[in-house]
This record gives sequence, structure tokens and C-alpha cells, in this order.
Amino acid sequence: MMPRRLEAALDRITRVRGVRGAMLVSLDDGLVVAESLMEGIRGNAVAALAASLATRLGRAAGAAGAGTERFVHLAASRGGLLLMPAVEGLLLVTLTDHRVNVGLARLEMQQAIEELA
Amino acid sequence: MADHIRRLTAELARDPASLAFLQLGEALRLQGQLDAATRVAREGLERHAGRADAHDLYARILADAENPAGARQSWERVLTLAPRHVGALKGLAYLAYQDRDYDSALDMLETALSEDPADQTVVLALQTVRAAADRQDAEIRLRTGADIFAGIEGAEHALLLLDMRGLVLGGVLRDGRGLVVSEEVAAYVAGAAQEAERAARLLDLGPWESLECEGQAGHLHVSVPAPDAVLVVRRDRSVPAGRVTLLARRAGAAARAWLEAQGG
Repeated sequence: MMPRRLEAALDRITRVRGVRGAMLVSLDDGLVVAESLMEGIRGNAVAALAASLATRLGRAAGAAGAGTERFVHLAASRGGLLLMPAVEGLLLVTLTDHRVNVGLARLEMQQAIEELA
Repeated sequence: MADHIRRLTAELARDPASLAFLQLGEALRLQGQLDAATRVAREGLERHAGRADAHDLYARILADAENPAGARQSWERVLTLAPRHVGALKGLAYLAYQDRDYDSALDMLETALSEDPADQTVVLALQTVRAAADRQDAEIRLRTGADIFAGIEGAEHALLLLDMRGLVLGGVLRDGRGLVVSEEVAAYVAGAAQEAERAARLLDLGPWESLECEGQAGHLHVSVPAPDAVLVVRRDRSVPAGRVTLLARRAGAAARAWLEAQGG
């Protein structure tokens, strides 16, 4: 069962308008550690794709001299993914629709990570 | 036979050691009588092998006879005898120009001009070679894509255009130490772009528009300015993320214009 503190952190992110779900993912294998998702969202697929994307983009950022990833935003026409490294090889992933305030969602993600640390 | 050629021929016949062969050879060359000019020049050289002007004459005849290798050899011989001989410098510059080696041609002509600043033929030759060098430079820049982002902030080190296979189309990306990392980044970014496309499709997010990464040392912005093309913008952490997005839009428009000009 998901620890209460973790559940509360993810729930707070999902309260931001336009956020369809938030989850903690293992960066190494793309498996779900904890999630708070709207119905119909395939958590396993989101986790696997987000981890793979973070890994690949991380290589590019390193090679380009941008350093270690702190925040990633995949923007698409109907929504997007927000990624933020969390503690101990975990990745905080937020799935959004196109109405989301990215800055606000990002602040909640940062707050959640601080609480989990 | 023209009068002056007749006169010079007679003068040379009277005194075979005379320097009249220089004028005679040149007159014959200008009239297109290259065989006769060659004979005169060679005979003159036998008697005056140490004269730079004699070798210069022979070189000009060889150049007219479409023997650039021979002409080059003769003009180089001139420069061993007279290192700043304007005729030889002009001649070698002409050969370099023919070979599209404009840098060498400009070097020689500038040396010639410093020797004789009043020589208008050198001034005109310099203008011709500089124009050709500029055209060549423009062609190379267009072909290599070096000008894609001209005038846009970061064009020399922080903007890169690649195809979806990870091959660089144009622009340059340098890392924090100033090293060119375009090819390495292109390879990794292509992988990330493919993954972004896959994630957007499988998660029903619609076509992906951009991939923004804030790193500890800087920002990386990846977008798709045209089908099968990926744009990478890297900026320092000091540049706000919103400004990086604006910069990416400007660079994207430039990339689209360049791709259209390439017929892509």
C-alpha cells in the first residue's frame, strides 16, 4: 500500500488544473512505484515511456554540456509529460492535458520531491 | 609579319646575345605565334639563364600554350631569382585562381601589390579573385548549412539542425568547454526525439511539439521545425526558459526557410 505521505504528495500535484495524473517511476526499469491517475490512463505505459524518454534526453543533455536533468517537459498538441528526478533513482512524472499551467505543476512537483526527501 | 617583330628579329640576328629576345618573344606570344615565341624564349634562356625576366617570358608562353605545370615551374624559378617579381606573382596567382585556390591567389596578389601599388592589373585581379572567393565561401556556407542561423543569438555555438536519423544538417553545438559536440548530440537527440514521438502517440497526446530539458548547467530545447528535421537549442542556465522557447521559434523559422531553399 502506498505510504500516506507519498499519496498526499501525488494527490496535491493532481489537483492542479490540467493534470491528469502523477506517478513515481523507477528510472532504471520504468516500473511504477506509486501513482495517482485519472481513470483510463495506462500507468504502466506512461511509466515506461517517461523513464525511457528521461534516459535518452539525459544523454543528449550531458553531451551538450547542459548537465544533469532537473526538469523535462514534453509538449504535444493535446497535452504533455513533465518529468523531474526524485530521490534514489526515482522519477516524478506528471501527465497533463493542453490546459495545464506548467509553472504551477512544476512548483507542486518540486514541493512533492522535497517532502519525499 | 609586323614591323616591330621584323625589327626585333633583325636586331637579335645581328646580336644573338641581345636582350631583344624578351620583347620579341612577348610580341610573338601576344600575336598567338606560340611556337615561334617558345623558340625565341628558349634560345634566350640558353644565354641568359640567370635572368628572371627570361623565365617569366617563358612561363607566360607556357601558360598560353595551356601547359600550367610548366608555367608554374618557370614562375617558381623566377621567384628563386627574384622573390618579389611582380610578373611571377601575378602568373602564379592566375594559376591558383584557375585551380580555385583563392587563398593562395590572394596571398600572391597582395604581395605583388605591396611591391608595385600602382599596378592596376594587380588591383583588378585582386577584385576578381576576392569576388570569386566570396562566391565560393557563400556556396560552401549554403551547402554545409553554416548560415542557417545567421544573425540569431547562439548561431555560432548553440543551434543545431539534424535529421531524424541523427545526422547533422547544419549549425554548430559546443559544450561548456567550447568543444564541438554536434555529431554526438545529434545522435542522442535523434533517439530522444523518436522516443518523444512514440510517447506522444501512445499516450494520445497529439503530435509532439517540443522537448525542453532544464539541466544543472543549461537548457536544452528540442523541436521539430519541419518533417524529418529536429532543431536543438542549448543555452546557459542564466537564460530564462521562456526566452529559450522564443529563441527556438526564431531558429525554427530560419531552419524551415533553409530547408525550403534546399528543396527539402
